[in-house]
Amino acid sequence: MPKKTYRQAINEAIASEMRRDHRVIVLGEDNAGGKGAPGEPDAWGGVLGVTKGLLPEFGEDRVLDTPISESAFIGAAVGAAATGLRPVAELMFVDFMGVCFDQIFNQAAKFRYMFGGKAVTPVVIRTMYGGGFRAASQHSQCLYPLFTHIPGLKVVVPSSPYEAKGLMIQAIRDDDPVIFFEHKVLYDVEEDVPDEAYTIPFGEANVTREGRDVTIVAFGRMVGFANTAADELKRDGISVTVIDPRTTSPLDSETILDSVSETGRLVVVDEAHPRCSMAADIARLVAEEAFHDLKAPIRTITAPHTPVPFSPALEDIYIPSVAKIKAAVQALAAKVPA
Amino acid sequence: MQHSREFLLDCYQSMVTIRVFEERVHEEFATGKIPGFVHLYAGEEASAVGICSQLDERDAIASTHRGHGHCIAKGCDVHAMMKEIYGKRGGSCGGKGGSMHIADLAKGMLGANGIVGGGPPLICGAALTAKYLKTGGVAVAFVGDGGSNQGTTLESYNLANVWKLPVVFVVEDNGYAEATASAWSVAGSQLGRAAGFGMPGTLVDGFDFFAVYEAARTAIERARAGEGPSLLHIKLSRFFGHFEGDAMSYRADGEIQRYRNEHDALKIFRRKVTEAHLLDDFTLDAVEAGVVRNINEAVAGAEADQMPTEADLLTDVYVRY
Amino acid sequence: MSDILPIVMPKWGLAMSEGTLVSWLVPEGGEVNKGDEIAEIETTKITNAFASPNSGVLRRQIVKVGEIAPVGALLAIVAPTTVTNDEIDAFVGSFVVEVKDEGASGAVEREANFAGKKLFYKLAGGSQDGIPVVLIHGFGGDADNWLFNIDALSADRPVYAIDLPGHGKSTKDIASGDLGELADAVAAVVNDAGISKAHFVGHSLGAAVVFKMLEQHPDRVASIVGVAPAGVGPSVNDAYVSGFIAAEKRKDVKSSLQMLVADPEQVSAAMIEGIQRYKRLEGVAKAIQTIAAKTLPGGRQTSSFRDLLEKTNKPILIVWGEKDAIIDAAQAEGLSGKISIIRLPGVGHMPHLEAANTFNDRLIEQFKNVEANIR
Repeated sequence: MPKKTYRQAINEAIASEMRRDHRVIVLGEDNAGGKGAPGEPDAWGGVLGVTKGLLPEFGEDRVLDTPISESAFIGAAVGAAATGLRPVAELMFVDFMGVCFDQIFNQAAKFRYMFGGKAVTPVVIRTMYGGGFRAASQHSQCLYPLFTHIPGLKVVVPSSPYEAKGLMIQAIRDDDPVIFFEHKVLYDVEEDVPDEAYTIPFGEANVTREGRDVTIVAFGRMVGFANTAADELKRDGISVTVIDPRTTSPLDSETILDSVSETGRLVVVDEAHPRCSMAADIARLVAEEAFHDLKAPIRTITAPHTPVPFSPALEDIYIPSVAKIKAAVQALAAKVPA
Repeated sequence: MQHSREFLLDCYQSMVTIRVFEERVHEEFATGKIPGFVHLYAGEEASAVGICSQLDERDAIASTHRGHGHCIAKGCDVHAMMKEIYGKRGGSCGGKGGSMHIADLAKGMLGANGIVGGGPPLICGAALTAKYLKTGGVAVAFVGDGGSNQGTTLESYNLANVWKLPVVFVVEDNGYAEATASAWSVAGSQLGRAAGFGMPGTLVDGFDFFAVYEAARTAIERARAGEGPSLLHIKLSRFFGHFEGDAMSYRADGEIQRYRNEHDALKIFRRKVTEAHLLDDFTLDAVEAGVVRNINEAVAGAEADQMPTEADLLTDVYVRY
Repeated sequence: MSDILPIVMPKWGLAMSEGTLVSWLVPEGGEVNKGDEIAEIETTKITNAFASPNSGVLRRQIVKVGEIAPVGALLAIVAPTTVTNDEIDAFVGSFVVEVKDEGASGAVEREANFAGKKLFYKLAGGSQDGIPVVLIHGFGGDADNWLFNIDALSADRPVYAIDLPGHGKSTKDIASGDLGELADAVAAVVNDAGISKAHFVGHSLGAAVVFKMLEQHPDRVASIVGVAPAGVGPSVNDAYVSGFIAAEKRKDVKSSLQMLVADPEQVSAAMIEGIQRYKRLEGVAKAIQTIAAKTLPGGRQTSSFRDLLEKTNKPILIVWGEKDAIIDAAQAEGLSGKISIIRLPGVGHMPHLEAANTFNDRLIEQFKNVEANIR
């Protein structure tokens, strides 16, 4: 099977849906790049090249560059979705949500409910997130908890190239507004990805490792970290289940609760801040629904309650690590059931 | 432009419907039967009807928090609207939206909007759909003078011009953004802003249906022809407060009565069509009587309708979840 | 020192890089013969019994129960009792893990044209000169189902493992979905590969396909092996067939797959994920529905080849797990003595996975007998 990067997998998913459905269009800042400039067209294909090649294949009617004007073009994507298109808009870095959030959380998210179930808004908003690029406080955040908080939005956090392709195709075919979080550090990660189209349903967690002793729930880039930790811990005789929820909204709570009922121990790993986060949300879920299954306290491994720092020396300790995950699992596994 | 008798009667009926609807909501709100925030459009009827009477179901509009008039002008059912305002199950939105969120997407009414400046970006999207699918549709964004100062509105001016979208931006300037005068809060001018973004702008007497109609006709034709957006700066006045319950202490003594006496769009319309012998008073009176009956029925229907139940709370969040 | 024989972690399939030693089946000091199962090893795919490649006394278990070792790592030492512990220590100390070049022993992938559509197959042992073996998986399976067989069977003869239409990497564009179409696809691969005669091995629905092959192209058939075969009885467990088609969620796929094997613990996370990935591919749902509707509708089998099997002069071997929950092994009853039947106790619907070593040995024995008679 051909190996593809996360970047290629997303590109391939968008291109195949554009071929399948003429209502699918792409818009965003420099999604082609070079518009109106003297140099070559499709100069960038997105700031990190994810949409490269779409312009030559689909033309300017379907691959629209925008002014740097997130309120206007994210809102336009929402309006186009409400009137019959299936736009895939790019909010370059999720940190920029601050200048257009109204169009997402007050407009797109609420149309269906406010209008009594009569609106359909099939917009996909792609956005980059996550630390590791030394991009500092306004280009590195993991803001999916903020979107997860809003009823009416679906929030997707793919952890690998295979996952990204299937989830992107599902996102484009989905009739609800979808926020699709792409971790910039994952763009060059490669794995086997089928050439054919396929969809991965939302709200269905992936179980990437199956074990008996401890359950780890991890999101996005942290899934790979959790897998590494699980593989290393297995050598030490600790058997770990790793759950990748894939989507934070909807959330597959059943898979998490089933696993905790078997292991009795839970570690949640999240690159986002600790407060009002997915880690807090899942800890709440398990405390409420599976309290009596627990053999040890729930542990969360998250970034600290600080902005993302710039200096590599600081950013490296800001982001959760395999070592921290292992230490948390080992500490839990050592606890003797009461 | 010559208008047919039927067309003029339809327009008058729409304007009267807006007026009677709003006057009645004002009365019923005072009795405590209507919950929440209500912003009335009475006084501004010529704007909504002068524009929307030229639109059809290909065309989209996005409204404001003061949206009843736009809804009625775009063809929303007043009985369902009244139920919605009462928070009833049979309302346009099942009682989940209320006054600020009445919509009818099938009719191209993209919703009243509780966020000032929320509509213009959406209307760029509706225009993009029309342009991409080559429906020939145009999209009209209504904002108030308050909304004209929002970044979303100004960004939309830019995007619509950069993408050459079939949009008409309508600034309904009733002189007040909530309780703040537009004369104070708007720097430069609406037309200067239009010029700054490279689109035609027209100052319009919003009390005169025919003036609105002609200005809108030019803008809509330009949009339909693929020549890009235009801006209409429509000067008008609201007969009620920013919201129901507003004591309007910021307005001049006698200001509203003066507008009602001298600048009532309905009276001006009636005078013009009767003087030109296009319609007679008897016919117009009959239209008014019909509208009053209809609104009475709408209120009775709203009062009699069921409230939503607990089961309705959790539905309609997603198509599928 | 030459009396010391190392036993190393096997490599089952291209994806395997390490295995976990689940249990030792022979104690230290116990006698082993080549082919005896000496340990259970768990991979990401499945847990399997490992057959000793050597005979002698199992002098030392190097890898302990629960430990993970990479492919090629030393698992145990077989040596006569005359060899001293010091000599064994020295051997272990100087042992170097050899990782086999994957290209040398691994299968290569090929593509054949089938009425303008693509079929994929794997070829292992391409340089061998024995009569080729063609492996046909069952409903919902693919060429990787023969993970534990392809290396053993290709020691002396080329082995071709085919992805049927609607399966694996082959076209998902199914026409009628009947056995004729599937047998034509097999014939297309046989032609593409330039095979004049082969041993055809089919599992479950794949067995019915090879019986159809026998009916339509007897000249191409050296012998037939039906593994938990469709095509000899009236029924199939519809809870499995319909359940497999309907299963979307992980736990539904898991419980569906657990019906296949006698020991449900054998269904690994990777097997479940593999099936989920397959089922998500565009066209698969329709393809498997079409095939099931034509071949296994509502728990019925639409084709019986009992008469053909009785009439043919080709050697026929049937392998059946006694705990098969999908196609009841009792369906072999009443077949005449000219058809060889192997019944495996404690084995479910997947003898080639669940009892891979026995399966491989018995097939190799059968092929050798057939080839001896042909010569």
